[in-house]
Parts: sequence; C-alpha cells; structure tokens
Amino acid sequence: MTPADNSIAIDIQQLSKNFGKVNAVDGISFQIRRGEIFSLLGTNGAGKTTTIKMLCCLLTPSKGNAQVMGNSITDHPEKIKKIIGVSPQETAIATHLSPQENLALIGGVFKLSKDLIKKRSAELIDLMELTERKGSQSRKLSGGMQRRLSIAMALMSDPEIVFLDEPTIGLDPHARKSVWNYIEKLKGEKTILLTTHYLEEADALADHIAIMKAGKIIDEGTSFELKKRFRKGQSLHITTDIIIPEVLEGLKAKNLMVRNDNTNLFIEADELDIYDIMDYLRSKKLKIEGLQLREPTLDEVFIELTERGGES
Amino acid sequence: MRFLSLSKRNFKELFRDPVTVLLGIALPLVMVLLFASIYERTRFHVFSPTELAPVVNIFSFTFLLMFSATLLAKDKQSAFLLRLLTTPLKPLDFILAYLLPFLALSLLMIASCLLTGYAIGANYANIPGILLILFLVGITCIGLGLILGSFFTVSQVSGVGSIIITAASLFGNIWTPLEMMGGVFKTVGYAMPFAHAADALRFMVYGGRLLDVSEHLIWVLAYAVIFIVGGVFAFKWSTRPK
Repeated sequence: MTPADNSIAIDIQQLSKNFGKVNAVDGISFQIRRGEIFSLLGTNGAGKTTTIKMLCCLLTPSKGNAQVMGNSITDHPEKIKKIIGVSPQETAIATHLSPQENLALIGGVFKLSKDLIKKRSAELIDLMELTERKGSQSRKLSGGMQRRLSIAMALMSDPEIVFLDEPTIGLDPHARKSVWNYIEKLKGEKTILLTTHYLEEADALADHIAIMKAGKIIDEGTSFELKKRFRKGQSLHITTDIIIPEVLEGLKAKNLMVRNDNTNLFIEADELDIYDIMDYLRSKKLKIEGLQLREPTLDEVFIELTERGGES
Repeated sequence: MRFLSLSKRNFKELFRDPVTVLLGIALPLVMVLLFASIYERTRFHVFSPTELAPVVNIFSFTFLLMFSATLLAKDKQSAFLLRLLTTPLKPLDFILAYLLPFLALSLLMIASCLLTGYAIGANYANIPGILLILFLVGITCIGLGLILGSFFTVSQVSGVGSIIITAASLFGNIWTPLEMMGGVFKTVGYAMPFAHAADALRFMVYGGRLLDVSEHLIWVLAYAVIFIVGGVFAFKWSTRPK
C-alpha cells in the first residue's frame, strides 16, 4: 500500500503467529477497503481471533506485518489504539456499571469532552435500543442487550475501524437479527472487520469474505464470487401438476440430469437453457406451478472449502 | 488523566458489590465487637479494644487482597481488560486505576475499625505510627492481590486467597499470640508480614515509637515494597503484547 492509497484501511502482508509449534496464523495476506464490512469466516481455531488480536496490537506477529490506516502494528501500536474500536468475543462490559456508565468510561479513556460523552452515549443508547435500561446495572441486562452494549462501547470513540469478534455468538435468532441490523447501519460509515462462524451472518452483512482454515486464508471474495466459483453447475427445481415418464425421457435425451418425485422435477447440468426446457415442458402440456433456479449457498461453499482445505 | 475514568469504574465496581461492604467493612466491625465482649469476661489483653481494633484491621486486609485479585482476574476472564488494552491507556494508567480504589478502600477500612474500637473504649497513643503500619499492610495486600489477579483465574484466586486468609488467621498473631503457640507456628507466623505488623501495632497503641519496633517495621516495609513492586511487574508482564 502506498501512502497515497487512501482507499485501503487495513493491509495485511504475510502475517503469521506461532504459539510454540502451533501456527495459529500462517502467512495470511489481504486488504480491507475503507467503509467495507470484511468478514473472516472459519471454524473454531481457524485463526480469526488471533488475526484480530494482532491487528489490535494485543499480540505481536511472529512474522509479517500489517498496516492499519497506514500505521504498522509492530511500530505504532499507540497510534492504532486511538483509531480502533473493539468488541471482543466475550461480552467485555463492566457488569456493575449501567450502559450509560460503561459508555462514559470508554469516552473518558479516549479523553472525550463531557459534552461529547453525553451526546454520543445518548445516541448510541438510542441506536442500540437500550434507552429503557440505560440506568440499570449491566449484569441485569439480557444477553442480547449486553452484546449490543459491547458493540456500542466499540463505537463510543467514533473509531475509523471497528473489530467485531463473533458479535452474535450465543444469541438467539431474534437477538442475532437485531445485532445484524445495527451492524448494517454502519455499512459505508465504518470499516468493519467481523469474524464469525455463522455463515448466514457473513452472507447478510459482509461486502467481502475471507475463509480461514488452520491459520490460512483458503479463499476470499464477495459472497457472490465465492458461490459462483464453487458452482458445479446449475440446478433447476420445477413444480408441476403431473410428471409423465415420456417427459423424463425427453429431458434426459437433452443430456440433463433429471430426478423427480410426484410433482417436482430437479434438473441439473453444467449450463441450463431454461427457455428450451420451458418450451419443451409446455409442448408436453405440463402446467408449471413453480420454478426456481438454485444457487449454491455459502454453507455449501464453506463446507466444500474447509473439508477440502486447499486453495480455490 | 485517562486512568481516572478506569479508576472510577473500579471504585464503583468494588463498592456496588455487597460482598465488599459485608466482608471488608461489616465483618471486621463485628469481630471487634465480638472480641471486645470476650474481653469483658476474660480481661485477656489481646482482646481489649485498644489492641484488637487495629490488629483486626490487619486481618480484614486479607479480604482487600481477595477483592483486588478477584477484580483483576474477573476483568481478565470477561475480556473487559482485553477491551481496555486496545484503548490508548498506558501501563501506568492501568496500575494507578487498579491501585487507587483499593487504597481508598483500605483507608475506609482503617477508619471504620479504629473508630469502632474508639467508640467502645480503645485508646490509641501513637496514631501516626498505627496508621503507617496499617497503610503498609494494606499496600502489601493490594500488591499481593495484583500478583494473584495477574496470574490466576477467578476460581484459582478464591482458592489461593482462602489459604492466605486462613494462614493470616492462624499464624498472623491476631487473636492467637504466636508466643503462646511457639515452635513451627511461630516460625511460619514470623515469616509473614502480618505477625510483625500485629506486634508493632500492639506496641504502638500504648505509645511505642517506630524506632522501638524497627525490626518489625523493616519486615512490614520490605513486604510492602516487594509485593507492590511485584504486583506492578506481574500486571505489566501479564498484559504485555505476547
């Protein structure tokens, strides 16, 4: 990254971290653009948290380096700590303090003025829908509320870069969805590095996804790119009123893989000519009740990649 | 003055926990009153309010040790400390922020114990000397708390802390004079700072000077310096980027 390249917020070059003989992070390189949500996906122990800890200057790399807004994590940790906000995997709040007091604590640590602390904590409490409980001790809040407070604390200093380490771990689907909504509101305003092992979370939120396994990045791209890369062919699901053997034979004659049950047809091929298939079915007087072109899910991509483990 | 925000938080965290008030303030007072009632019947000088109130204070500081160790271990375990380590706080800020609330609590504990003793008839002849000794014991316990909190988890802290509290209670020369116990008990007791502090205090409540208890004072001072410096280094070591 050149100093003039302002579009890059985080630039990681051959970053490694060893704990004894274990390579927790093994020579990873990638870039995160300003304002994007970048998700690090991986199973437990893949190296996601270790990567975040190095970028937050909590761990020193064994090899390689990274620049956070142009500052080296090894040479200028003090500069980096002024421009980042971190929500660790654990809730990491002061349990005997209220949400308001927790936010004021972070404001004080960042030397914000009293007026600014008041203003910003009110905004964040409102954004995270904690207004009704802003004066209660945080230990009395629900898990979802505590998690939202943890994210609010990461945002209190108005950081340029936010690290969210598994922000929805242990939350029920409803609470998880509401945390997603808040993260989504930050899209474009903050650069966010999000680690998760919920694939739908990365799919819903991230502009860019990197998949980690055993300390290595095994693939990266947008959700669309990853799915496209792993699409082995196309799959068409048709619901119809009745399926006659003659139709099945006709489709197979077109070199299509066909499966069926009473009213469902599953057609697969490297490239499907949907118009041709539809014309054929109409010519056989079949009544089409439903049609769905199925894409691979991120789950399928992830499982395929992590089980195989190689470079894509 | 970034440390003040964290210091304020630690203070609130400490005082909003009923266990602090119960064990740190209420229990020592109950002990002073209880032993004073025994004194009324036995007239055994160790239990007289004058001797007992400052010496019970030594015992109560072992809870101070537990509080500081537990708070630090809890902050480590809950990743709250980890969050703070990603902020611009410097090592000195952390150390001040974790020391000051406990110093405040130790002063409160000293005041409450001595005043309760005073209220039931204690008479302290050398108050500055008593305050100095108690302050040094307080520092020792806070430092030891920082060491335990830096290296141990919350459950380990409660285990190790219980051993220290029991040891202080048995061998601390607090309600069982080591001279009476003798032997290995006496040797173990005088290897710790509590027994020396208790001896020094018993001398000073009747007007003894610091010079008169210089041997005990050196023990107490040495422990205070070793543990507070050790605590600072332990904290710095455990929070350094690895």
